[in-house]
Formats: sequence, C-alpha cells, structure tokens
Amino acid sequence: MDLILFLIFAVIAVGCAINLVVQRHPISSALSLIGVMGSLAVLYLLLGAEFIAAVQLIVYAGAIMVLFLFVIMLLNAGVERGVDKSRMARWLGVPLLILFLGVVSYLVRRFYPDRLDVKFGGFTGGGPAEVGRKLFTEYLLPFEAASVLILIAILGAVVLARKEMD
Amino acid sequence: MNFYLLTVAKFAVVMAAFMTTLAYLQWVERKVLAHIQLRPGPYRVGPHGLLQPLADVIKLLTKEGVIPPHASKPVYLLAPVLAVATALVAIAVIPFGPKITVFGVETYMQLTDLNIGLLFILAASSLGVYGIALAGWASNNKYALLGGLRSAAQMISYELPLALALAAPLLLLNSLSLRELAEAQAGYYWGWLPRWAIFQGPFPQLLGFVLFLVAGFAECNRIPFDLPEAENELVAGYHTEYSSMKFAAFFMAEYANMITVCCVAATVFLGGWHPLFPAEYGSNFVPSALFLAAAGIVFYHGAHPSGRRWDRYSLPVFGVVFLGLAAVFLIPALQPVLIPLFWFAVKAGGLLFLMIWVRGTLPRFRYDQLMRFAWGRLFPVAVANLLVTAFLTALVAG
Repeated sequence: MDLILFLIFAVIAVGCAINLVVQRHPISSALSLIGVMGSLAVLYLLLGAEFIAAVQLIVYAGAIMVLFLFVIMLLNAGVERGVDKSRMARWLGVPLLILFLGVVSYLVRRFYPDRLDVKFGGFTGGGPAEVGRKLFTEYLLPFEAASVLILIAILGAVVLARKEMD
Repeated sequence: MNFYLLTVAKFAVVMAAFMTTLAYLQWVERKVLAHIQLRPGPYRVGPHGLLQPLADVIKLLTKEGVIPPHASKPVYLLAPVLAVATALVAIAVIPFGPKITVFGVETYMQLTDLNIGLLFILAASSLGVYGIALAGWASNNKYALLGGLRSAAQMISYELPLALALAAPLLLLNSLSLRELAEAQAGYYWGWLPRWAIFQGPFPQLLGFVLFLVAGFAECNRIPFDLPEAENELVAGYHTEYSSMKFAAFFMAEYANMITVCCVAATVFLGGWHPLFPAEYGSNFVPSALFLAAAGIVFYHGAHPSGRRWDRYSLPVFGVVFLGLAAVFLIPALQPVLIPLFWFAVKAGGLLFLMIWVRGTLPRFRYDQLMRFAWGRLFPVAVANLLVTAFLTALVAG
C-alpha cells in the first residue's frame, strides 16, 4: 500500500517537475510547481513526518505559491518565448543530466548503503510536539538565526519599497 | 469489525448529512435574509419553499454549461473542482461527538482523527484560494480577474490572524487533534461554568474567538468581506463566467467553507459536543423542551393562520414532526448519540445563523479598509492575544 502510494505520488512529482520546465506559460508552470509541492507533502506523510507535510502544504503550497500566482496574475504575464539555445545545450543537455543523476545516486548508495531509519512510516519524531521540542532545545541557535535572517529580509524589503515610493 | 467497512459506513453517513446540510443551509439563508428584509422568501416549491434546494439542483444540473471563448480551458475546468474538493475535505476531521457504541461496535463520531487535524484544516483552507484565483484568471474576463486577484490578496492577509487566533486556544488545550481539543474542554468550573476555551483559565479566549470569527468570515468571502464577488463593482467577481454545475461547485464550496469555519469554531472555542450546563441540571432535556416549544408555536400558528390558506394543513404536520423529534431525544438508547450531536449542531448552527444575520445587516468594506483592517487591527491584536496567552500559560504551568 505504502509502496503503491509512493510510486503514484513520486511519478506525479517528477511529472509535474518536468511539466514545470517544459510549459511556456507562467501560470501553467506555477500550477505544476504546486503539484510538485503537494506530492512532496504526501511523500513526507508516507515517511511519517506529518508535521512537515502539513507545513509544506500550508507554507509552500498555500502561501508562497499563492503569492507567486498573485504576482503572475497582477502582471498579466503572457506566454514566454524561448531564446535561441546554444547548440551545446541542445546536444549535451540530456546526457549530462543523466550523468549527473547517475553520479548522485551512486554517491548516495555508496555512502549511505542501508539507512534502516528511512522507510515508510519509520520516522516517529514527526509530530508537532517532537518537532517543537527539538527546535527549542537541540536546534535553538539555528532556529533563532533563521528567524533573524527572515526578519532582516523583511526589513530590507520594507526599506527598498520605501525608497521606491519617495 | 472490519476497519474499511466501518470507514465506508461512517463516510456515507457524514457525506449524506453534510450534503443535506449544504443544500438546506442555502434555504435557511434565503429564509433568514428574507425575514430580515420583511419578505416571505422562497414559498412556492413545497410547503414554505422546503423543496426549493431540490428545484435549484435540478435547474443547475439541466442548464447549459458555457465555456467562454479565449478562456484557458484546462485551468477553467480545474478551478471549480479545486474549490469544491478543498472545501469538502475538511469535514473529515471534525468530531461531532464522543465515543459511541452502535450495534456493539465502538467508534468515534468522527470520520478520522489526525494528530495534526487543525493543521490539516488550515492546509485545506489555504489551498482553497487556488480555486477562486484560478477561476478569475482563466475566465478571460477583467471583472473575474479582479475578483480572483482580490481573493488571493484577501485570503493571504486574513489567514495570518486566523491561524494566530487559533494558536492561542491550542496553548491552553495542548493538542492539535480536534478530538483531543474538544475532550480537553470537558467539565465545569464551580459545577456550572463550562470549561470551554472561551471560559477556560488562565486566559479565557473570548477575544481569540471574536478574532477567529472575523477572520473566518473573510476566509469564506462572506459579507462584510465579500470583495471577490462584490456584485455592484465586479458583476459576480470570480465566477462571472461560470454557469450550470461549474457555478454550483463554487456555490457549494462557499457553503461548505462556512460550515467548516463554524464547526472549527464550535470545536476549538465552544467545547465541541459538551453541553452548556451539567446533566445534573437537566441539560439532556433541553432538545426535547426546545422541540416541544417549537411544536407549540407551530400548532398555534396552524390554528390561527395569518398568511397562506395552506398553513392550516401544513403547519400541524410540522408540529407532529417536532413532537416526534422531541420524543426521539427522550429515548435512553439513542441519547448517548443524539445529545452530543444536538449540542454540537446547536453551536455550529448558531454561528451559521450569525453569519447569515451579519450578511443581512452589515455593508461591505472598501478594499483599502479591508487590507488596513487585517494588517493594522486584526493582526496586532491576534499577536498580543497569543503572547498574553503564552505568558500566562507558562506562568501557571511553571
């Protein structure tokens, strides 16, 4: 059952990701990206990380992508036209991609041959309480640093927007 | 018993009840609005217009579905499906009552209990905006596009105070599963004041409840926040170009969202299925008493008809139905199922009535007021509410 669900949603995720690159219209690309996010959330859920899955949907699919879509709609972006591709990209693109994926999967197999904790439902620390406790004890410094970083980004955006208005 | 069989049975019951409620909520809304505006409302189809939802369904099913030219067809067709699917899925985690035993099988009155139930509802509601935004974009109509843009901006803005208002009672009740949230509100202070989140110490969530309701109105695109479909500016907003079943899907989505918001408010803030006062003071007899009173009123009006001639015959029939319902609530074998269900329905129904009442009485915000209200008023107050709750909870626990 887990394997079937994994295969279904893995195929959807990869299909949407390919569609994202192939599509010419920004809205179609954004929709494909939402498809990728949604199927990733299901994959997290299959692994037992239910909090991450919900946050993936709420934050990425529900907030960030809505903003993307909002901006695309607001600017009324039309169909993109491709620029002339270099001949090298046309001939070497796909083989290089396959080579790269092969190297990555080989390295993963080599250095992490049998990770027993990575299996369907095998991860038990995925509830909101466990994640929260980890964040506020073990990973407090990275957590706080990340929030300060985000705050800086917000302030920067405000400053830039104000400069534009003057 | 077989888990799958039980799930299918529960699913059938919940879905049938939910669909009926959806259809009749629309009738209730039209009736209440009509009475607020001193009109009789739907009256022709069936006694007191009771068959009007059926007539509407037949009308919408048999209408021609027009797809406007130059619309982006796949997205145009996808949008209503997205809207209605995300709206309907949230009901799966709402608990309607405690553990019950039916034909020797123990089960909860809830389709499924997720330990991230509340996050699941938030995720579904945050995905719901796509249906509206994409519908507006795909219709190739400037009014629809404006409606879609407005809804995207509004949903993003009001989701923040909504989630912050929800977070405060979570601190008091210490869970994300809706069933555990409701169970944490059982019992009474001093034997009479229910331990609902809006009364529970150390910081009663009355303010949070109001914040949640206001943000919830905005999430459902209800008046006074119905800018995405403001009919005197935007024709019908995002669903201007939709007809027949595709329009019905948006309609259903709106009512399903209303029901979800009211059910969540009833569960998280108003104690779910827990009665207003303890059973020692006779809270189990409230439904019977209410139905008896309703039967009395209806019999009286049947005997002294003021409106239609038919009332002389139709109202006594309703009276008999009410008497029957009053008797059903007194059967001891059914009470463990019906009494919690009644209290839950009263709370959610009261909130739904409030939504309709507000629609009948309040004017619409202007767009800049809408945004200023969300970011300038609602958001800071929600943050303050959350901080005070967190501080007091930590103080009491520590």
